Amino acid sequence: MTTPLLELSGLTKAYPGVVANSEVSFDIARGEVHALLGENGAGKSTLVKTIYGLVQPDAGTMRLDGQPFAPPEPRAARAAGVAMVFQHFSLFDAMSVAENVALGMETPPALNRLAAQIREVSQSYGLPLDPDRIVGDLSAGERQRVEIVRCLLQEPRLLIMDEPTSVLTPQEVQILFETLRKLRAEGVSILYISHKLEEIRTICDSATILRHGKVVGKCDPKVTAARDMAEQMVGATLSTPSRAGGRTGEVVLELTGLSAPAPRAFGTALKHIDLSLRAGEVLGIGGVAGNGQDELAMALSGEMSVAPGMIRLKGREIGTVGVNARRRMGLLCAPEERMGHAAAPDMSLTENALLTAGPREDLVRHGFLRWGRARGFAERVIERFDVRTPGAGTAARALSGGNLQKFVIGREIMQRPEVLVVNQPTWGVDAAAAATIRQALLDLAEAGAALIVISQDLDELMEISDRFAALNGGSLSAPRPAEGLGIDEIGMMLGGAHDMTPAHGEG
Amino acid sequence: MIRLDRRPEPSRAWTIATPFVAVALTMVAGGLMFALLGKDPVEAIRTIFWDPLFGDFASYSRPQLLVKAGPLILIAIGLSLGFRAGIWNIGAEGQYILGAICAAATGLAIYPAETWIVFPAMIVAGALGGLLWAMIPALLKVRFGTNEVLVSLMLVYVAEALLASMSLGLLRNPEGMGFPGSRNLAQYPSAANLDLIPGTGLHWGVALAFAAVIVGQVVMTRHQLGFRVRLAGQSPRAAVFGGVNPGWLVVVCMGISGGLAGLAGMFEVAGPAGRLSIDFNVGYGFTAIIVAFLGRLNPIGILLAGLLMALTYIGGELAQLQMNLPLAAIQMFQGMLLFFLLAVDLLTNFSIRFGRRVAA
Repeated sequence: MTTPLLELSGLTKAYPGVVANSEVSFDIARGEVHALLGENGAGKSTLVKTIYGLVQPDAGTMRLDGQPFAPPEPRAARAAGVAMVFQHFSLFDAMSVAENVALGMETPPALNRLAAQIREVSQSYGLPLDPDRIVGDLSAGERQRVEIVRCLLQEPRLLIMDEPTSVLTPQEVQILFETLRKLRAEGVSILYISHKLEEIRTICDSATILRHGKVVGKCDPKVTAARDMAEQMVGATLSTPSRAGGRTGEVVLELTGLSAPAPRAFGTALKHIDLSLRAGEVLGIGGVAGNGQDELAMALSGEMSVAPGMIRLKGREIGTVGVNARRRMGLLCAPEERMGHAAAPDMSLTENALLTAGPREDLVRHGFLRWGRARGFAERVIERFDVRTPGAGTAARALSGGNLQKFVIGREIMQRPEVLVVNQPTWGVDAAAAATIRQALLDLAEAGAALIVISQDLDELMEISDRFAALNGGSLSAPRPAEGLGIDEIGMMLGGAHDMTPAHGEG
Repeated sequence: MIRLDRRPEPSRAWTIATPFVAVALTMVAGGLMFALLGKDPVEAIRTIFWDPLFGDFASYSRPQLLVKAGPLILIAIGLSLGFRAGIWNIGAEGQYILGAICAAATGLAIYPAETWIVFPAMIVAGALGGLLWAMIPALLKVRFGTNEVLVSLMLVYVAEALLASMSLGLLRNPEGMGFPGSRNLAQYPSAANLDLIPGTGLHWGVALAFAAVIVGQVVMTRHQLGFRVRLAGQSPRAAVFGGVNPGWLVVVCMGISGGLAGLAGMFEVAGPAGRLSIDFNVGYGFTAIIVAFLGRLNPIGILLAGLLMALTYIGGELAQLQMNLPLAAIQMFQGMLLFFLLAVDLLTNFSIRFGRRVAA
């Protein structure tokens, strides 16, 4: 037990123009939960991909159990006992749980035997899972269980988890932590990637902090303050967004019995959503991914048409009004998915400015595009929101996720909306930029705009919302004042643990 | 080990260079093929690319260049609009035929009255014929979600059957002594689409093709329609978010490409071809697909590609006559051009690395 399970020394990986990892060295002990902390772009993903055999390092070595370890591909890593749960699931919606698990295995056993194994493993680790259910019908939390169970069937010695709690309700997080503790007790090491510091303080035994591809600190998260860790991650002191008062004006947006069928297979139908939103107010909408967030955003933006009276903007029925007409009326939207929805990846930032700002910024006249104005507008967004890019002519896909997010949110904010709907405004954005975006949203509300912020980040919602509501299975809970709302109440609003009460302690 | 690395941004240099590299590679591979057929590759390449313009019979073949390039460019400009939006009209050949049938029918209905209205009426009829034929796959796609590739392609064969029926029946020349085919419209002064400058091959259709290049370029770079077309082609979801109605775009793109193909058919039947006959269509509608891609779906590129394609057609005929090259070899040579273009096109978005992978 003296040698660590995995030793990394001097791992370096450079991509054209960026060094993702530079001389990264640390050890993961047996039976510990080791946190890997860092901002987006700090090099966490590259590092775990190296361990998992997806990326070959330019320099440096790894030792597993004291033996040299350099997996040329994930299969070799899995054979050596390394398993990974990705942030984005690779599951087929139309297939059953057992079929999905079988697809990820080198030599899957017969399906009924595999189903029995899945039941056994999921029960013993407190992750109840029915192998015969179709994945498309599962909640995000249940899907994650499929991925975890898939890994556990390989009896790993090292389990890598990339942002595992981003799709979970607070209750589901507790279930997951129980499972991780159980695994730890059995001697499995866990490399836990997250930027949620409170979670790391709860579950992790040690932490390595990455910044710009380098290890900038190691600490015991149980005794280190969250703020200290955050500042090490960012390399600067952090400021919390603030707003002056809570003055609200007249009702500007009203949803009355907003219902819509699911726009695609395995989408979520919206069920009788009632809501009224006042000028100057920020309404936070929480919920686990896949509970109708996208559908609600699309119904509000106009991408999805509903009955006319279901949505009223300043008294006018707009349920069937098109996207650009709603923009002209002052209702703007920023969707969750940046690439391919909020922005066209292969188009320049100027062209992406034209994507939504045409009607309000007067970028189109008699059907002809006013490139000069469009470029000017794009440049103003770039400057005001500190978008790191060589210029407005750069293709959107060349920007990092966080920078593009700043651009697409900034693009809507700069159009002075009267009602702004944002979905996951700071998803994948580093802490400093997230603070900028949140502050800009609050400033907008301060100036009299009504905001709906849809997010899975509860801390973010509590920080900026006046009222809070939760989406669960396409229904919206009655909004409640955000101030003084406890985590348990929020959890109940989110739908608890989705009828999957944990099996911990029961058997 | 060869690896492909995705470029962060499409390479501008390669965007411009790929057609030239593709032409060069086609010459090399084509030359090899001609050599294997026992012909002198240098002479074959020269016969195809050089002789039509500067050879002994150039005075005959030079005007043919415009006659053949005109319809190719006109159709390809229309197709490129849809292709950029991810709307695949493969049936331009059928729309071309319908344009010709409608235009010829209009002209023949007025025959033999000599009035200025005949030619404009034929233009309108030709455009409408192609447009309406293209509306069949367009509306089926919008309403029922059918695949426009299949429907538009199948309609080509329907159009061909219709053409045969027309040239043998309804539109057959009553003074043609039983031969199939309509009256010769080129000999009906009010309907004839003659050279604007005699001996150059520059007829109204060619002039319209050049105009279409300019309008196409303006639409693609300066007009909202062009922007929406590109947006829909690159990211359909972003396009909807940007306010594009996908069904509307299908109708517009299919309508424009069908209308232009119909016009190409009209100018052909009233000019170079002169009459409707069973073998009126010679594949312009299909070749225009190659022209559109060879020109990188860019109007200026299509202009150049159309001229190049016309050159290989005329040169190919010359090579058949003078060097006894089989038609199949010429067609393969033209196919190589598209093959190499699509292959080299990869370099726009990817860079090739000849590197070793670090092994375990």
